[in-house]
Amino acid sequence: MNWQLALPEIFLSCSAMAILMYGVFARPERSFVMSSMLAVGALLLTAMLVLSGTPGVGYNGLFTVDAYSHFAKLLILVAVGLGVVMSLDYAEHANMQRFEFPILMLLAAVGMMLMVSATSLMTLYLGLELMSLSIYVLAAFARDERRSAEAGLKYFVLGALASGLLLYGVSLVYGFSGSMSFAEIGRAMADPKTASPGLTVGIVFIVAGLAFKVSAVPFHMWTPDVYEGAPTPVTAFMGTAPKVAAIVLLVRLLSDPFGALLGQWQQLIVLVSIASMALGSLAAIGQRNIKRLMAYSSIGHMGYALIGLAAGTGAGVRGVLIYMLTYVFMNAGTFACIIAMRRQGRNVEGVSDLSGLGRTDPAMALAIAIFMFSMAGIPPFSGFWGKYFIFTAAVQQGMWLLAVIGVLTSVIGAFYYIRIIKVMYFDEPAPAFDPRPASLSFVVGASGLFTTFFFLFPAPVVAAAEAAAKVLFR
Amino acid sequence: MIAQLAFYAFAAILLVSAGMVVSARNPVHSVLYLVLAFFNAAALFLLAGAEFLAMILVIVYVGAVAVLFLFVVMMLDINFAQLREGFQRYLPIGATIGVILLVELGIVLGGWSLAPQSAGLRAVPIDPNVTNTVQIGRVLYTDYILLFQASGLVLLVAMIGAIVLTLRDRTSSRHQSIAAQLARTPADTMELLDVPSGVGTKGIGFLRPKVKEPAKVAQDNHGHIGHDNHGGHH
Repeated sequence: MNWQLALPEIFLSCSAMAILMYGVFARPERSFVMSSMLAVGALLLTAMLVLSGTPGVGYNGLFTVDAYSHFAKLLILVAVGLGVVMSLDYAEHANMQRFEFPILMLLAAVGMMLMVSATSLMTLYLGLELMSLSIYVLAAFARDERRSAEAGLKYFVLGALASGLLLYGVSLVYGFSGSMSFAEIGRAMADPKTASPGLTVGIVFIVAGLAFKVSAVPFHMWTPDVYEGAPTPVTAFMGTAPKVAAIVLLVRLLSDPFGALLGQWQQLIVLVSIASMALGSLAAIGQRNIKRLMAYSSIGHMGYALIGLAAGTGAGVRGVLIYMLTYVFMNAGTFACIIAMRRQGRNVEGVSDLSGLGRTDPAMALAIAIFMFSMAGIPPFSGFWGKYFIFTAAVQQGMWLLAVIGVLTSVIGAFYYIRIIKVMYFDEPAPAFDPRPASLSFVVGASGLFTTFFFLFPAPVVAAAEAAAKVLFR
Repeated sequence: MIAQLAFYAFAAILLVSAGMVVSARNPVHSVLYLVLAFFNAAALFLLAGAEFLAMILVIVYVGAVAVLFLFVVMMLDINFAQLREGFQRYLPIGATIGVILLVELGIVLGGWSLAPQSAGLRAVPIDPNVTNTVQIGRVLYTDYILLFQASGLVLLVAMIGAIVLTLRDRTSSRHQSIAAQLARTPADTMELLDVPSGVGTKGIGFLRPKVKEPAKVAQDNHGHIGHDNHGGHH
């Protein structure tokens, strides 16, 4: 048996446990920063192991390594690394410097890596639960704050409901196809005409459970409350890596074993996508809290990403991967700016708190402006290219309606993104923010550079996404 | 013959104790009857040749779940008399629903038939030559080792989560610091005085303790072993 296939996952979980041991025995005043550093190191080494890994199927068909999982794993590791760096400074101010914080992030990363490599419904479920459970705890991490505890509890209860839906779907699919493995399920429904309707019902339930994790309408209700209540670095973390893992998993599941039933699930994804785009762009307009605004924005972004899945082609999947890549960097950068919004040691979250930032802190204002333009999909920033690849894939499949709705909702969405820029540059200045710590400047700078200059070097990313998409659409 | 006798004995005790679980007046007795029911069910599993399930039932249900129940029943201040107040009033409707469920179960089980090809779908057919513990171990630690370890990680996260969200060191608590206790010598705390006869305590005066209480550590350092110096102890 080829156990080395899962070497990155094994290494990451072992290092998480080693850091746990370190944290238990180290002096408490130093353990948080040191374990965060060790966690970043472990993530870097894991990324190298992922890069040096060879494709293959192992563990009795439960686990697959291919170009598609490579792409997703690297993106997840980068997103988790940014999340750990972002939490360094916040934890100090919010009095949540406990060494378990980075360890839970690492274990969540292990879960996400299992998810994107899953080729069996059981691996899928265990990876998903490992990720979700870690995030429930992280959301409630600021346990002395009522909002954080509320966010954790809300996410936990609704997440348990989503897991129930997912498991019900899994049991139906297992019952009607006779197997848990993706290859066997694919064989069982190779001919859509003889496929049992029970399978379709199972797919609907599985899609519902996963749509909850990517917060797509109509399973989005938890998103604004949890985003607002959770500690900001946790929100940043929730908004990036888990979304990538869940979308990548959904794409693999629907196009690999359920690929033959494209006609059955396509309408479902189109509906979810349109509803997410519409809600994401309309509901965000009235928001005054920037974390809630970002929650609605992420709902909208998931809607765009699902267009690529609905197209049901290799070009569509390539678009989804590129979109998620640009989304991770835009989101991480924006949240790093939100964490840096602090006056006299207290974090502020109102959109109006940004007023006049163009005069009090031009660098940060420029960074936020770049991220907002990029999210609105204005060229030449990376967000435009993500949308470009998605929409072209939809148009190639003749899904004009979906593409047109996508463009229309991004125009509506541009309104609230550009309103933030207007508040920063044209409103009367509010008191300046506290000096920005170096860790946040690093995240803002790195994601800002990527977002701005993506259009100069898109070729390697597009080629990698292309190779990844080829795995699913040979 | 003996196996049959044993089966009926265990089954009878199981049914009686299950009845006692719901009818006992004292909730602690209920939990103890539950333990008895678990043991008898485990014995039935043993008779059926499922020794792994039997052991798991004893270890998990008796060892953990029932003990947890017992703790909860003892810790929570529940007025069981009040809970049982409406029993007479709700008995007819409850009994009706129970009978309907029983009839439905009978109909479903009566019409139960296995598809002939379902035997071929079994992932791991039973091998009569090895015990089922060996067989489960073979499947669990070879084919499904990845899932087994992933479940372990899920449990680890649950444990970390429970500790990190609930454990807090109260600054008012008096921790025992074994290192400090061991480092204490009689010379630190005791003073031998020569008391002249007939003087009594009046002549010496009241004595303060020789050592001051160590300062309390007022920071959150749970899970942190050694080199702490909090807590007073006498």
